[in-house]
Amino acid sequence: MTLKERITEIKKNYPSLQSAILPSLYAAQEVYGWLSREAMREVSEHTGVPPAEIKGVATYYAMYRNKPMGRHVIQLCTNIACMLMGAETLVEFLANKYGLAPGKTTEDGRFTLIIMECIGACATAPAMLVNEDFHENLTRENIVEIMERYK
Amino acid sequence: METVLLKYADKKEPAWIDEYVKDGGYKSLVKTVEELTPRDVIDEVKASGLRGRGGAGFPTGMKWMFASQDPKFPKYLVCNADEGEPGTFKDRPILEKNPHLLIEGMTIAAYALQSVMGYIYLRGEYPGARHILEKAIAEAHEKGFLGKDILGRKFRFDIKVHMGAGAYICGEETALIESLEGKRGQPRIKPPFPVNSGAWAKPTIVNNVETFANLPYIIGIGAKAYAAIGSADCPGPKIFGVSGRVNRPGLYELPMGVTLKEIIYEHCGGIKDGRPIKAVIPGGISTPLIMPDKLDCPMDFTSLPKYGSLLGSGAVMVFDDTVCMVKVYERAIKFFEHESCGKCTPCREGNGWMRNILSRIEKGKGTMKDLETLKSVAGNIVGKTFCPLGDGSASVVLSLIKNFESEIVYHIKHGKCLSAGA
Repeated sequence: MTLKERITEIKKNYPSLQSAILPSLYAAQEVYGWLSREAMREVSEHTGVPPAEIKGVATYYAMYRNKPMGRHVIQLCTNIACMLMGAETLVEFLANKYGLAPGKTTEDGRFTLIIMECIGACATAPAMLVNEDFHENLTRENIVEIMERYK
Repeated sequence: METVLLKYADKKEPAWIDEYVKDGGYKSLVKTVEELTPRDVIDEVKASGLRGRGGAGFPTGMKWMFASQDPKFPKYLVCNADEGEPGTFKDRPILEKNPHLLIEGMTIAAYALQSVMGYIYLRGEYPGARHILEKAIAEAHEKGFLGKDILGRKFRFDIKVHMGAGAYICGEETALIESLEGKRGQPRIKPPFPVNSGAWAKPTIVNNVETFANLPYIIGIGAKAYAAIGSADCPGPKIFGVSGRVNRPGLYELPMGVTLKEIIYEHCGGIKDGRPIKAVIPGGISTPLIMPDKLDCPMDFTSLPKYGSLLGSGAVMVFDDTVCMVKVYERAIKFFEHESCGKCTPCREGNGWMRNILSRIEKGKGTMKDLETLKSVAGNIVGKTFCPLGDGSASVVLSLIKNFESEIVYHIKHGKCLSAGA
């Protein structure tokens, strides 16, 4: 399905056009990898909501990407439960081993690291999402093994 | 007590519809449409004493009553699955492992409230749950538990999943509604309350995942039996999510009113390495600290305020004597600073100030003047914001100062932490 077709489907789920913005932005992000000016203009065109409104929404929410991402997006939690279990040492470890700093992408474009607020894995901390997959009880050892699965 | 909410939590796969039905699922929905009128269901929920599990503890039956008395239609049903309160992971096992319990609960509510459309507002951080819920919704359609002519009756209801995009404030119901309407998720002024003017200005009932998940059980065993579980004034099973320095962190479904001591020492096997408890957050990071001499407090909506705190989401975070409380709250306030929606100045600016001061103190660069400023800023946020985010962050800073002023002063005077782990 093209982005236009997807947005046409999305619009059917709601009684107002504006409501389609959040899911349409996700759809555009899937197609383009991030929300470029072009991607946002397309969402505006297909929903009929003004571009300024689209941009206002897209920049408000943390999970819309305002720059290109790596092939695999790592979302690592550093909130209290994860912090108590050593998430900060993992952030350091990723910087040293992969040259992967928070908010940045590796030079080969393989990984982007995003520091998250609580992702709801507090009893199995520290935890991260790689793309859509949860990985929990992370250690310096198993995080390497997990990342190797994402080429 | 039988396990209701976490029934399939330890399984690898979700309970899909065949397994759910085989284990007695959807019987409560059948009973609802065959034996009860919408009014009966509302009365039953009122009689059960069920209180909302999202954090505020508002009586569910009363909320429904308000919505049903409003003459406007359509009425929208919204499931708040935006659990973002740090420390909270109680709804995830329902969404990921027991999706039909939620769907059955929402459908019972739709029958009672004569709603034809429901939305599950799911946090963006749970993409896996989205696929599970959408598959489960399709299964329910196929078996006639959702859609047109549900169970052969003139009863129509559908559910759509709406993904949030990483804004904590959208757990607040009016911000959630704004976000569902495709706007920046900023809270609305109340009144009007969502029960009268919510999504698209129509009566809207927003309930938490765990609240909906309690409904099939209430209809199944009856309000009277349900009301006899746990605390008299807020009964029923409750999921407690325990994290931090305990031997067995995890999710525990226990009767409302179980003591904090029982949760920590009996269910979670006590503190790691047998160390002493320093403090406990009882209901997610926006609830004030419970100190070790108050562990006999019953965990329910009415008891915790008597101990100076709140039940919140039932997210228990346990700190032992190795933990630096200044560091914990520096991180907590960094969260609130990030998540403040920016609408109210005291919250938007105040959280930044509080985080700056706590960072300075944590790094050993604080002054006694900083401590005074921290008290003053926190005091100026409480009660001066639109929604409870600002109240939450300021009240936990005040709780930190009240209980750990000497630790903060030690940080300031010695440039380092007093705690054993530092």
